[in-house]
Amino acid sequence: MLKRLIPHPLVSLMLLIVWLGLVNKVTLGNVILGGFLGLVVPAITAPYWPNRPKVGRPLVAAEYVLIVLWDIIVANVQVALIILFKPNKAIQSKWVTVPLELTSPEAITVLAGTITLTPGTVTAALSADGGALLVHCLHAEDEVAVRDEIKSRYEGRLKEIFQ
Amino acid sequence: MALWLEIIVSVFLVIGGVFGIVGSFGLVKLRDSMQRLHAPTKATTLGVGGVLIASMIYFGAIKGTLSFHELLITLFLFLTAPITANFIAKSFMARNMKPTDLPDTTRPYGWSVYDDPPGDTEMQEDARLED
Amino acid sequence: MIEYALLFAMGCFGIGLLFNLWRIARGPNPADRILSLDTMVINVIALLVLYGIFRETQIYYEAAMLVAMVGFVSTVAYSRFILRGDIIE
Repeated sequence: MLKRLIPHPLVSLMLLIVWLGLVNKVTLGNVILGGFLGLVVPAITAPYWPNRPKVGRPLVAAEYVLIVLWDIIVANVQVALIILFKPNKAIQSKWVTVPLELTSPEAITVLAGTITLTPGTVTAALSADGGALLVHCLHAEDEVAVRDEIKSRYEGRLKEIFQ
Repeated sequence: MALWLEIIVSVFLVIGGVFGIVGSFGLVKLRDSMQRLHAPTKATTLGVGGVLIASMIYFGAIKGTLSFHELLITLFLFLTAPITANFIAKSFMARNMKPTDLPDTTRPYGWSVYDDPPGDTEMQEDARLED
Repeated sequence: MIEYALLFAMGCFGIGLLFNLWRIARGPNPADRILSLDTMVINVIALLVLYGIFRETQIYYEAAMLVAMVGFVSTVAYSRFILRGDIIE
């Protein structure tokens, strides 16, 4: 019954928070309205999203977010230096294939988004059966190292979070 | 208005501006389309991020009106930037690259830009029915 | 001091817009043009927020958020059009 009523509790919570942020004032009426939206929107869209993704280990998830934020800052500076000071001829761009061990679509989406957000690497495509990601590196001397870093740094943690 | 708060806000503004201009400059400087794709993800994340943090501190600490809108804009940009980058990469690959230019998938199926997913018989049947 | 930092940041994003315009005019293939338009949207968001700080009002956040949403949808629509020749199948 509860599962029918609230198919995605995290989405409901997220909608409530976003609603409160949008109206920019926390009053009782706004909380009720946001809660109402948080109940109705997931219920209406439930047919498009039948499986409930499991998020275990919230601590690992928080650690993951912090690591990604830190990596974004560090990699941003690196890429800015490459763009500003490296002559075009010295930039070695490479395609890297990252074979995936993750299976749930949500986890793969998060991994692809993380790879794109950390500058220097962009996710270009997924293989047709969802088993490998195609990543483009702006400047990489060793493609194996890039692949291993993605796998150990991000994929391992995502595997813990989503499975 | 405390001086150190002003300094922090100014530093964030300058950081944001520098990364914004570097991101756009990368668009002009780099030669290859796929390389150019790297530039805007940078402008979004740190450029706009820096500006939004600066404005959050400015209105929160100096003006005394706390606002969540900046956080929402940052969140929205962080969520949408990978999707747009992926779409642009796919549209570029579909137009300008052949499957032989890319590395192997190490899987029995090719990249999704060129190959249909396996087990998609429903859609094929639908297409046949429409014919 | 904040005024000077603001002017500096506005100048940076303004010059960034000019760079984007150059890439839209030059861009050898459509993907480059879409990318430039997307970057332009991002620069405009930053400029709007900066202008909001400049005028000391928060009314421009709604505008910035709307620009962000419209920009995202239009970028996806453009790419999809190039990818499939159709936006809504």
